[in-house]
Amino acid sequence: MFTETEIGRQKRRIENVMRIFFLVMTSLMIIPLLLIIGYLLYKARPVLSLEFLFTNPKDNMRAGGLWAPFLGTIYLVVVSLLVSAPIGVFAAVYLSEYARESWFTRITNLAVVNLAGVPSIVHALFGVGAFVLFAGLGESILAASLTLAIMTLPVIIASTTEALKAVPMSFREACWNLGATRWQTIRRIVIPNSISGILTGVILQVSRAAGETAPIMFTGAVFYKAIAEGNLFAYNITEQCMALSLHLFTISTQVPDVTEGIPYGTAIVLVGSVLLVNAASIVLRVYLRTRKKW
Amino acid sequence: MENKIEISDLRVHYGDTPALNGISFDVHPNEILSIIGPAQSGKTTFLKVINRTLEFTPEATVEGSVKLDGVDIRTIGDVYGLRRRIGMVLPLPVGLPLSIYDNVAFAPRAAGLRTKSELDEIVERCLQQAALWDEVKDRLDTLGTKLSGGQQQRLTIARALSHQPEVLCLDEFSIAIDPVTTMRIEEVLKTLQKEMTILLVTNLVQQAKRLANRTAFFLNGDLIEIDTTDVIFSDNPANQATYDYVNGTFG
Repeated sequence: MFTETEIGRQKRRIENVMRIFFLVMTSLMIIPLLLIIGYLLYKARPVLSLEFLFTNPKDNMRAGGLWAPFLGTIYLVVVSLLVSAPIGVFAAVYLSEYARESWFTRITNLAVVNLAGVPSIVHALFGVGAFVLFAGLGESILAASLTLAIMTLPVIIASTTEALKAVPMSFREACWNLGATRWQTIRRIVIPNSISGILTGVILQVSRAAGETAPIMFTGAVFYKAIAEGNLFAYNITEQCMALSLHLFTISTQVPDVTEGIPYGTAIVLVGSVLLVNAASIVLRVYLRTRKKW
Repeated sequence: MENKIEISDLRVHYGDTPALNGISFDVHPNEILSIIGPAQSGKTTFLKVINRTLEFTPEATVEGSVKLDGVDIRTIGDVYGLRRRIGMVLPLPVGLPLSIYDNVAFAPRAAGLRTKSELDEIVERCLQQAALWDEVKDRLDTLGTKLSGGQQQRLTIARALSHQPEVLCLDEFSIAIDPVTTMRIEEVLKTLQKEMTILLVTNLVQQAKRLANRTAFFLNGDLIEIDTTDVIFSDNPANQATYDYVNGTFG
């Protein structure tokens, strides 16, 4: 008959303890997120409405809605990604598919890693020097977006490189043996099988671009600017705009007697939009995964 | 009779590590030449030289010459065309993440062929030659990666035949497949011999004995001996090391 040994019992005890330990650690990560969102929702309850989203701030930002900063953030994110996503993805394709080990690729990879670690306030100062002053763009959506693009570029390159590396080398070798060029191999095999990873990496940068305050406050974001309500094309990219992150900072610290709830409402819109975009990226990823082919 | 491939004083180094130390021999048209030898003897490197995919290994340097139909392959400008003249089957089956049809049509399409009827014809012929047609003819749109290992290896062979190579190189093709499938493919190779030259790198000396007209024995980057298979597997090949390896008393 089978009887459990002391060592066997001990192993099972340790197994249970470890499982619970890892579960607790995972919960510790989720709890703050739930608390933040719950607290924000509770505090923002009085102001939350569609009208809040689609009207401009008024009464020296003590009342009103979020239209100008909300649209401004969308402009900044979209324009910056229009610049950084293509450059980042194509650079990553070059680095991982074409480039051979050389001083050029070593320096580029080093630059990518280091740029990713540069604090955003330093990017802001670079943006002022390079785009606002040197390129003569002035403080504008364009200058701010380019600054954000410089900030997100290295991360997009890194995540795209990872996605490309996940495609097995044997697929490439099989294609080369069939007389395919590198480009034919990339177009037919490598990109179709890494596109979900590439897109996820790009979309995750939406939240960074939307959340950062420092890079935009000297390059294009402004404390207050009224725009046409309900018009998606109310901003001109050569002019300044409001932004959610800076707006939140302003009404929390610079403006007295703000209507209770508005800062929380601003925060929930910022967090909510980012979560929405991330959720969309997860859906997209799952959809593309179902088409995964090996 | 003209030689199909002429190799003279071929030397390959990976950085400072030598892989082939000056080998010279000829490959005859429409023969099955098997290359045997233990690991690290340069067999795979040799195949990579022939279709110039060694160029994807940056630290590899090649000296000496390889002539295909009398033309030095390094002077061939259209390297992609050269690779299509040589079919390559690697040890592990690789179904590309495409449909079975697209797997076989990949090389013809890469070469610019777009006519549906011609592609259909190539796909059917190659799958039949690789003894896979009957098993997949009703599901050509399923993914090549979903096939079993043995089927994927036959798919790999069909793909290698799709660009109508003059030389078919097989690098230990039976390593991942069962004996029955191996025998079927061996029958196929005997038939294909009428149309093309076959280079068969194998770890199974019995496979070389069954199939090859001639056999070459590689050891540590040297060509020890090349002769008709009958001589190599006889009691008195020219070199004692050959006898020891073939009879499993090596080392």
